[in-house]
Amino acid sequence: MSHHGVAAAFSDTATMIDRSVRLSRRNVETLFVSILLPLLMMCLFVYVFGGAISTGTEYINYVVPGILLLTTGYGASSTAMVVADDMHSGMIDRLRSLPIRSFAVLTGHVTASIARNSVSTAIVVLASLAMGFRPSANAGEWLAAIGLLLLYVLALSWLAAGLGVIAKSVESASTLSFFMLFLPYLSSAFVQPETMPSWLRPISEHQPITPVIETVRSFLIGAPLGNNGWTALAWCCGLLLFSFTLATSLYRRRTSR
Amino acid sequence: MIVEATGLRKSYGATEVLSGVDLRVPEGSVHALLGPNGAGKTTTVRILTTLTRPDDGRATIAGYDVLREPAQVRGVISLTGQYAAVDEDQTGRENLVMVGRLMHLGRPAARRRTGDLLERFGLTDAMDRRVKTYSGGMRRRLDLAMSLIARPRVIFLDEPTTGLDPASRSTMWEVIGELVRDGTTILLTTQYLEEADRLADRIVLLDHGRIVATGTADELKTQIGGERIELRFADEVQLLKATGVLDGVADELVLNIPSDGTAAHLHHVLDVLRDNGLQPERVSSHRPTLDDVFLALTA
Repeated sequence: MSHHGVAAAFSDTATMIDRSVRLSRRNVETLFVSILLPLLMMCLFVYVFGGAISTGTEYINYVVPGILLLTTGYGASSTAMVVADDMHSGMIDRLRSLPIRSFAVLTGHVTASIARNSVSTAIVVLASLAMGFRPSANAGEWLAAIGLLLLYVLALSWLAAGLGVIAKSVESASTLSFFMLFLPYLSSAFVQPETMPSWLRPISEHQPITPVIETVRSFLIGAPLGNNGWTALAWCCGLLLFSFTLATSLYRRRTSR
Repeated sequence: MIVEATGLRKSYGATEVLSGVDLRVPEGSVHALLGPNGAGKTTTVRILTTLTRPDDGRATIAGYDVLREPAQVRGVISLTGQYAAVDEDQTGRENLVMVGRLMHLGRPAARRRTGDLLERFGLTDAMDRRVKTYSGGMRRRLDLAMSLIARPRVIFLDEPTTGLDPASRSTMWEVIGELVRDGTTILLTTQYLEEADRLADRIVLLDHGRIVATGTADELKTQIGGERIELRFADEVQLLKATGVLDGVADELVLNIPSDGTAAHLHHVLDVLRDNGLQPERVSSHRPTLDDVFLALTA
């Protein structure tokens, strides 16, 4: 790619990021739901189930890291729908008939997804503090937790973008992204895996969300880290690589002639 | 020839949608691809705009090969598809500036051009409203404006007025007519004969993936049998008598006589009628409409 080509690619990507962020900002409903649902779940678990769940620590301290991952799941899954909308609205033909870099469109949506998630996660964190969440993290641990969450959101957003590309419609994109919302329930987000039936426990312990949650938990409330940190990092990087490759190659295939 | 295509073929599964289409469009002309649904109009446009790969054949736009140099082709064309490709949640102005930036006009130039186009397409009052509040006609006009932002050399309009009400359609025609007067090369597809007749200087009639006729509207009309003189009689007796002395086809109380359109032929017909004491109620001369052409050639 020539120097001019690189500059053009950056400029196209910036334009598409502008677009996606603007569209997200104006889709207040989606943003509202992606904040409200995790907040409701948090209330439900803290005030309704929490009393009955024993985790050896204040339940709100246990559950907040899980709620944060649930929040990012909601936020990222809407990416699948906006991408599917582009693929089926005729917009993709217009964009493809312009001399722009191939997946600037997807990069725009993924970046907007990260922006949306940052806003909703920040709100959920503030709400949890108001509800009595008392993290023990210092600045460095906060940064590490935020960094890991960002990496996780990035991987999840690319995955959602990929699902949006293959979905036959906006509705099916929403169905496909359902598992992203469901996976946290089968993790250590709400209860300790040891309390699960023996056939479910391995699933819970070896799925990507559990090590991410455990790592965030360790950073924020000082739970033992073990090798969760590296496992989480490996899962996130692996998922990111896989999702990015999947999304961009599917996009190329779907839009190839 | 700014658009040149030879032997374009395309199949989807077992269905052949294009079976060898040739097209030559000189710069500054307006061509209409006319045909019923499923004739292959959209596929032809998609191939020429680099969106679909033909199975066979070759096409160039402004000398660039659509298969080997798609980026260069995209730099000189614009496509306005069948469905207005606009962002509902952006304003009209934002949509335009976005495309301007993607065409690498630079922000100031994109802004300036946006202002001009909004004005020209009668969208200045609505420019800061979100597109979802626009009417169908306004969306199409915005869509077309987005296509024009970088002054493309060839404009592809895929069924530009399908689904519009008559008032919006005629506004769209005026807008397209202006482009035509500016000398922009346009290739449009339509299933409306009136639209092809009104906007295009050459019509390419497409049916079942094949070109069945090409020419100006007049040439096409002449091609299917030219003009006729219509004589309407008061009763069957007169009609029968006339059928005996003139070559023609009777239909109800009307006798249709093929004609070359000259005054001499009309004189001759009237003389024959007078000599036989026949007095038709009405005499009229008819040129075939594009509808006749369409039905005759695609039947």
